[in-house]
Amino acid sequence: MAVFGVSFGVLARAAGLGIFAPIVMSATTFAGSSQFAAVSILGAGGGVATAVVAAVLLNTRYAPIGLAAAGALRGGAMRRSLEAQLVVDESWALSKRAGGRFDRGMLMGAGLTLYVAWVVGTGVGAMAGEALGDPEALGLDAAFPALFLALLAAQVRSGATAAAALAGAALALSLTPVTPAGIPVLAATAACLIGVRR
Amino acid sequence: MNGEVWLLVGVVGIATVAIKASGPLLVGGGGLPAGLARLTDLLAPALLAALVATQAFTSDERLVVDERAAGLGAAAVAVALRAPILVTVVVAAAVTAVLRALG
Repeated sequence: MAVFGVSFGVLARAAGLGIFAPIVMSATTFAGSSQFAAVSILGAGGGVATAVVAAVLLNTRYAPIGLAAAGALRGGAMRRSLEAQLVVDESWALSKRAGGRFDRGMLMGAGLTLYVAWVVGTGVGAMAGEALGDPEALGLDAAFPALFLALLAAQVRSGATAAAALAGAALALSLTPVTPAGIPVLAATAACLIGVRR
Repeated sequence: MNGEVWLLVGVVGIATVAIKASGPLLVGGGGLPAGLARLTDLLAPALLAALVATQAFTSDERLVVDERAAGLGAAAVAVALRAPILVTVVVAAAVTAVLRALG
């Protein structure tokens, strides 16, 4: 997770976000794939509105994840809301036990560790990014699609998810020549409607 | 660009904190309706695939096949071999960088 944070810092820097914005983003958003998505869209000239919508849509999956993990959280509304911030893909997977139960110690411990590693890693990456040269000469623009492909592979677990992915990619590519920047990626979310039918 | 960056960081941060907190705060009201849960399951794959496609094969609103395609191909091999994410990303960047240097 720390190295993942370093790569976010480097790529955010390459996309023109400076040093502090990536660190603040990691400390508040703490959801890797949405941060990479937002930064890459902004860096590619897709506009701030598109970047925000894409990132928020990617994070909607934390609503059902939070519901599932709610039983492992303690205290009043404020404390539960704070503890819920530590529920991310990795801590959720590590603490998941048989029968839909969650290991509270593992959930909080892994969540906190990941959080610190993510934020510190981002800072290191953002500062190191300065020392690196031209992002295109280093192939860093190819790092984004490669990263999204790896994240996608982890999400494709069924025929329906594979179909949604293929439809999303096809929609985005076919809309690219005929719509303004940013629209193809957002329009591709319509591909998830194929799941309603089934 | 700077104002846009902070707007992005602020709005995404607030929205994500709210989304993550919503589950534990709303629990007791039951889970998401099954249809909605299916939609959120498919949303991330559709969006991620669109990001892969547009960031590897488009440039200034045109479809292009350049060195990034080779990098993505190398990444696909790495994913198929179950390489860690970081290795996948570095392989893609390295292949792209080497092809650009040669071209």
